[in-house]
Amino acid sequence: MKLNRFFKIIFLSEFVKAIIIAIKEILKKKKTINYPFEKGKISPRFRGEHALRRYPNGEERCIACKLCEAVCPAQAITIENEERPDGSRKTTRYDIDMIKCIYCGLCEESCPVDAIVQGPNFEFSTETREELYYNKEKLLENGDRWESVLAENIKLDKPYR
Amino acid sequence: MEFIYTIYNETYKILLLLIPLLISVALIVWFDRRVWGFVQKRKGPNVVGPFGLFQTVADALKYIFKEIIIPASANKIVFILAPIVTMTLALSAWSVIPLSERIIIADINVGVLYIFAISSLGVYGIIMGGWASNSKYPFLGSIRSAAQMVSYEVSIGIIIINVLLCVGSLNLKDIVLAQEKLWFVVPLFPMFVIFFISALAETNRPPFDLPEAEAELVAGYQTEYSGMMYAMFWLGEYANILLLCALGSILFLGGWLSPIDIYPFNIIPGVFWMIFKILLLFFMFAIIKAIVPRYRYDQLMKLGWKVFLPFSLLYVVLTASFLVYFDLLPK
Repeated sequence: MKLNRFFKIIFLSEFVKAIIIAIKEILKKKKTINYPFEKGKISPRFRGEHALRRYPNGEERCIACKLCEAVCPAQAITIENEERPDGSRKTTRYDIDMIKCIYCGLCEESCPVDAIVQGPNFEFSTETREELYYNKEKLLENGDRWESVLAENIKLDKPYR
Repeated sequence: MEFIYTIYNETYKILLLLIPLLISVALIVWFDRRVWGFVQKRKGPNVVGPFGLFQTVADALKYIFKEIIIPASANKIVFILAPIVTMTLALSAWSVIPLSERIIIADINVGVLYIFAISSLGVYGIIMGGWASNSKYPFLGSIRSAAQMVSYEVSIGIIIINVLLCVGSLNLKDIVLAQEKLWFVVPLFPMFVIFFISALAETNRPPFDLPEAEAELVAGYQTEYSGMMYAMFWLGEYANILLLCALGSILFLGGWLSPIDIYPFNIIPGVFWMIFKILLLFFMFAIIKAIVPRYRYDQLMKLGWKVFLPFSLLYVVLTASFLVYFDLLPK
C-alpha cells in the first residue's frame, strides 16, 4: 500500500489522470448559454412579471373579488371597484407595487377566473422606482402582449392545480 | 550621426519585439480564461470581438480609465515604482529569447545567466509592492511570494545546470542548436517535469498561487493597487509566464527546431514551431490552473527544499557522471 502510494507520487499518476479528465471535459458540450441571445428553459409555473388577462371577446376577466388583495402577503396589490351599468362588477383601479411584491404567486393561485397571472417575463428592470408601480393599463397591456404564452402555460399547469 | 542611427535601429528592433509581445500577452490572458472556462464546461469570454479575442483589450481600457488610488499611509515612491519594476523586468528578459535562428534582439553569450538574473530581480517588484502598501494583507502576500520565488529559483537554477552540462554554452542559440539530434526532454525528462512545476511556483500560478490566495489574503500584494498599476502587475505576471514557457521550450523542447526533420515539417519557419511550443506549454499552465487545488504553505516549502532540490542535485551528479563516463562532454 505504501509502495503503491510512493509510485503514485513519483510518477504523478493522479495528476496525469486529472489532466486527461480535464481534456475530456474541454471537448464536452458547454452547460452555459449566451444569455441575452439565448435563454434557458422556463417552467410553465414560472412566477415572473404580472399580467391581467382578458376573455377572447376583449372583456377583462377580473371581477374585483379582491381575493388577491387579501391574500397578498406583501400587501402590494390595491384594488378599487364599481358597478357597471350592465350590473357587472369591474375594477376601476388595479395597482401592483412591483417593489413590494415578493413573487410568491399567491395572487395567481387565489384568482377564481385566472385574471391575474404571473408570466414568463423576468426582464423588466427599470431605471426609476416609479416605473415599477404598475397600474391597470400596464397590467392589461402585459396580458395582451403575453396572452398566447400565458394561455399555453395555464393549460400545461392545469393537471397539477 | 551614427549614434542616432544606432538608437533608431535598436528602438525599431525593440518595438518590433515588444508590440507583438504585448499583443500576445493580451491574447494569452484570453486563452487562459477560455481554457479555464472550457474545463469547467463554461464558454468563457466570447462576446467582445470574434470568439471574445478582444476581451483583454476591453479590460485594459477599463483599467486605464479607472482611478489610481494611493493609500494615505503608503510609501508613495516605492508604491508607484513596484508595478513598473515588475513589468519592466518581465519584458526586458525577453530581449535574449531567440524566437528563431535570426529573430533575436541581443545574442549575448551569457543568455541563460541574464534571464536568471532578471527573473530573480522580479521578486523585488512584489516585495516593494507589498511592503509599500503598508497594510497587512499585501505584506503577508509579499513575504510569502518572496520566500516561494527564492526557493524555487534555486531548483530551477540546478535544473538549468543539467542542460548546460549537456550543451557546454550559456548562449540560448547554442542550447537550441545542441538539440538538433535529440531534444533534451528525452534524456532529462524528470528535470523537465520539475522545471515545469517550479515554473508554476515561480510565476505564482495555481497550485502555488499562495501570494494572492484570495481566501486568505484578499489579493495578496496587489490588494491596494487599482487601475493601470494593477494592470501592470498583471501584465508583468503574464509576460513572466510566457517567458518561462519560452525558456522551457528552448531548454527542453528544442526551441525553433521542428519535431521531425523531414520534408513537410522542416519547411515551416522556425518561429512557428517556437510559438507552437510556447502555446503548448502555456496550455498546460492553463489546464493546471483549472484542475488543481491550492497547496498549503508548508507543503510548498517542503516540496521545494526537500524534494526538488535534492532530486535535481542528484540528477546533476548523474548527468555529469554519465557524460564523463561515456566521454560525451561538449568540447
